[in-house]
Amino acid sequence: MATEKNTPERHQRPISPFMIGPYYKPQLSSILSIAHRASGVFLSVFGSALLIYWLFALSQGAAAYQAAMLWLVSIPGMLLLAALCFAIYYHFFNGLRHLIWDTGRMMKIEQANRSAIFVLSGSFIASVLTIAIVGGWL
Amino acid sequence: MKMRHPLAHARGLGSAKSGTSHWWGQRVTALLLIPLVIWMLYVVIVYAGQPFQVIQDFFSQTINSILAILLVLTMLRHAQLGMQVVIEDYVHSQPLETILQLLVKLFAFAGAVTGVLAVIRLALQ
Repeated sequence: MATEKNTPERHQRPISPFMIGPYYKPQLSSILSIAHRASGVFLSVFGSALLIYWLFALSQGAAAYQAAMLWLVSIPGMLLLAALCFAIYYHFFNGLRHLIWDTGRMMKIEQANRSAIFVLSGSFIASVLTIAIVGGWL
Repeated sequence: MKMRHPLAHARGLGSAKSGTSHWWGQRVTALLLIPLVIWMLYVVIVYAGQPFQVIQDFFSQTINSILAILLVLTMLRHAQLGMQVVIEDYVHSQPLETILQLLVKLFAFAGAVTGVLAVIRLALQ
């Protein structure tokens, strides 16, 4: 069509959501926002599946439960557990941040950046503590 | 000139009629998940490495099986609502989007049935 020939950039326009990509400088707020979604998807797929797997394995009796738990103490199993551990703390703390925003509070840029640092350090510290407790080092 | 009927403005439901309930559903499940997730982390940290009999005793207490069922249902609803928005935002092929939305709802429903049944069987063992 003639209009498309005259405006070749028509198809290169950013489509919402476009906060990540060449159109917008990466910032703490945008990185934490997309990480909230990513951790949410990760928890939805692997976290809920593992919780239901655990409950189902328990419901099958002692022998079946022990067999079903074996792969979790392998290296890939423990890496998955560690990733889920960080994801749940991050999504939990950042979710609280979103709920506070929903009440209209803490929305200034300095406040949002400060709460971002709180969320990141809080989920890191909580993950390290949890892994240390479960691993028997604490 | 305002083209919207005053009644439509007062109802505040927008053109799709479902955005407000989705927004509220996401927040209400998030609030419910605050105590439930704290409880889950406590259970996983304290009981996950324990022998089967200890875990079974724990879940045979009614309050714990109630909390486990509430956790499964609230978590899956929250996950489904969140996945719905992510798919709406990033999947631009309409047939694929419909299939994915249906699959997410199917998995959430199947997960809810499996999880609730597992908790009941575990409690009654």
